[in-house]
Amino acid sequence: MMQKKAIQGKKHATNLVETIMLSLFKDTFTSQVKTLYQVFMHAFVKADTVEYPEEQPYMFPRWRGRIILSRDPDGEERCVACNLCACACPVDCIALQKAETEDGRWYPEFFRINFSRCIMCGFCEEACPTNAIQLTPDFEMAEYIRQDMVWEKEDLLINGTGKYHDYNFYRVAGMAIKGKGKGMAQNEAPPVNVKSLLP
Amino acid sequence: MTFEVGSGLSIGSILFTVIIVAAMLIWVERRLLSLWQERLGPNRVGPFGLLQVVADMIKIFTKEDWVPPFADKLSFVLAPTVIMIVILLSFAVVPFAPGVGVIDSNIGVLFVLAMASLGAYSVMLGGLASDNKYALLGSLRAAAQMVSYEVFMGISLLGVVALAGSFNLREIVLAQEGVWYVIPQFVGFVIFLIAGIAESHRLPFDIPEAEQEIVAGYHTEYSGMKFGMFFVGEYLGLVLISSLITVLFFGGWMGPFLPPIIWFVIKASLFIAFFILLRAAIPRPRYDQLMTFGWLVLLPLSLLNLMVTGAIILSMQ
Ligand code: SF4
Ligand code: SF4
Repeated sequence: MMQKKAIQGKKHATNLVETIMLSLFKDTFTSQVKTLYQVFMHAFVKADTVEYPEEQPYMFPRWRGRIILSRDPDGEERCVACNLCACACPVDCIALQKAETEDGRWYPEFFRINFSRCIMCGFCEEACPTNAIQLTPDFEMAEYIRQDMVWEKEDLLINGTGKYHDYNFYRVAGMAIKGKGKGMAQNEAPPVNVKSLLP
Repeated sequence: MTFEVGSGLSIGSILFTVIIVAAMLIWVERRLLSLWQERLGPNRVGPFGLLQVVADMIKIFTKEDWVPPFADKLSFVLAPTVIMIVILLSFAVVPFAPGVGVIDSNIGVLFVLAMASLGAYSVMLGGLASDNKYALLGSLRAAAQMVSYEVFMGISLLGVVALAGSFNLREIVLAQEGVWYVIPQFVGFVIFLIAGIAESHRLPFDIPEAEQEIVAGYHTEYSGMKFGMFFVGEYLGLVLISSLITVLFFGGWMGPFLPPIIWFVIKASLFIAFFILLRAAIPRPRYDQLMTFGWLVLLPLSLLNLMVTGAIILSMQ
């Protein structure tokens, strides 16, 4: 009886040693060799690198890069100098000053973005009620002199509509300018005289 | 002057080549790693990025060579030189080709092993002298790792020594005329390979400098050319281990058609490439795993290998 048990115990022990050795072999040897082989085979796969200056990477349209100020379809400046972008900017890199044309349109007298501080977060674009400020898929903005990183309105303003082609703030907004009085905007009801009692 | 063992020309060209090769390995390693990682690696400076090495050298030579005020000055300065000297000395006994070598020592194998042990001082001193907890951890690990791996590094070679009947590396090469020792001594070869990686603390056994855990290990505080010496020392170690494997297990310079030195270079380069592949593929084991693996698997295996080899040699007589 005792002998039998001892033999069984011995058998058990050899099995255990066998399993340990087998798993050791599997873990430390075959898997390592397999890894080596698989990594080696990567030598025959084409490299993912895009060799940048010679080969331009595809820039996605929604890439948040260099900031522009766009114009409306009529070619007028879209920005109404509401300052919302400057408020939204987390690094306070937008500075502007409101001015007004004779026909009643608001526009920025100066509009300055300090690109050495801008983090390209795109908050300004989200805040803008007139789609004036937009981020574009361009990132090549390096300069040798720090002052050159400060862009003025002339540098920012483009001659197109940017991403939004049809939008024209003054045509949809209720604000009166020369040639477009109250109630003349799209989908705008004519103004009501609230003090009148007539139906 | 002619090319013969110990001639000035031989010594000079070996020293020059070895250092140049070690420096070029900086570039080779980066290119090969990127090949296996589906990148391109440095390819801008000069043709194929070859001049990257020059750029790196200029950078490392012009960097501020700073000794921390809290460090032990003497050993701090001494440590990086030790590793360079020790590994360069080991190259003295390596037979590159017939007639190319520094000395033909009768104790070549022992000399290499002794120098490898001295190399541990560099790492330990560097870590201790830095007076930095990461450096200390690194050198602690290095000391334990190198001391334990030295044991069976030596034992794994004894099979080769027994077969060749000589400690002289040149005679070991000549004894492989018929069959390379990698075939009768395959276990010894694998153990020596693993121990060699651990000895030159290359990935996956770069536990003393494991930058993800302990910053840079024993050379955390080093900068400028002192760091560069550790860096080049590591590559020198890589070249040394590859040359030794070639000499001990792969018939050294032997091979058909091509001149002997070319065969040596081809074989050694293949091992260097293999070491770089190891770096690209295998993750670093945990520290205790490394020690367990060494003492519980490799040591018994190498002893077994030695005994079986001895038994076979005796029974053949
Ligand atoms: S992208 Fe962000 S950081 Fe840059 S100007 Fe706009 S809000 Fe400011
Ligand atoms: S860019 Fe847009 S948000 Fe900024 S001031 Fe002009 S209209 Fe307002």
